[in-house]
Amino acid sequence: MHEYSIVMSLMEQIEQLAQDNNANEIIRVDIKVGVLSGVEPHLLQNAFDTFKLNTVCHDAQLNMQLQPLVIECRQCHHKTELTERNVICPHCKSYDTRVIDGEDMMLMQLEMNAS
Amino acid sequence: MCQDCGCSLTDHSNLHSNPQLNDTKTLSVIHKILDKNDHEAQHNREHFEANNVRAFNLMSSPGSGKTTLLEHLHEYLPKKYAVIEGDLETSRDADRLIAKGIEAYQVQTGSACHLDAFMVHQALHHIDLKPIDVCFVENVGNLVCPASYDVGTHKNIVLLSVPEGDDKIEKYPVMFRRADLVLITKMDLAEHFDFSLVECRKQLEKLNPDVTLIPVSVKDAQSITAVANWIQKYQGEF
Repeated sequence: MHEYSIVMSLMEQIEQLAQDNNANEIIRVDIKVGVLSGVEPHLLQNAFDTFKLNTVCHDAQLNMQLQPLVIECRQCHHKTELTERNVICPHCKSYDTRVIDGEDMMLMQLEMNAS
Repeated sequence: MCQDCGCSLTDHSNLHSNPQLNDTKTLSVIHKILDKNDHEAQHNREHFEANNVRAFNLMSSPGSGKTTLLEHLHEYLPKKYAVIEGDLETSRDADRLIAKGIEAYQVQTGSACHLDAFMVHQALHHIDLKPIDVCFVENVGNLVCPASYDVGTHKNIVLLSVPEGDDKIEKYPVMFRRADLVLITKMDLAEHFDFSLVECRKQLEKLNPDVTLIPVSVKDAQSITAVANWIQKYQGEF
């Protein structure tokens, strides 16, 4: 259950951004959660809804974009979005691939009301 | 340590934003949520490197043999090492290592299910890195949460013990994807369990083709030597 720690980091970042932009209220928070980021989206949502109450996000809506795994093959150079949790190139079956998305948690966009 | 390395994060508050969007009250950020942790982790890494120390993050479920491995490894590894221990409660693990003459510092996380870079930083204030070559961070026993946190080590070592079963790689993909070395521990019990090394290799290859797998038992000196050799291989390669 590290989703609470992650939401705390997220809130810290948002509070800072709100302050930097003279915002008194955050309306929407867009985040991207990779399928292999190690985070359970449902728990993250619950943690956000619990923590937001005493923050600048108290009425904010959390939009989560689930990012599938995307790999680039070093052999056939195909870029593929995968549904399975492996890193094998479905085109040439090579194991020599590079993960280019689906392992990170990112804050993407904030919609805010400025004072 | 901090007077040397300037660990306050004040220079890092300038998040990247697009000023053109500020007027519309929509701010594009594109920023890692754990950025502060990652920044601190990098700072820890630089501290290790400044002292010529290689650092390894040991992760596994509770009871798979992290502390036992560290208790035995010093007989095989011709390098001096210290250990940062993470547990929710007690300093039993650190005490076990200290009893073997290994320097260890215990972090008690309370209810936190993982170590983060800030906790490791705090622990580093209690460890003199100058006389050591290697630092192990023994993470909280957990196959889920520690995988999301860079603590500032150089390599990740993930342990899976035979009694846990060979299906755990597929069940906990994020952890095994992050591993640089996977140790299958308690191999001396293999005959009592339906554990397949072939299946482990197959699952690991699909998820993390570059990983090294070493089956070990503390009763088999050769297997621990293989771990010591793997660790030595990374000496000096920053």
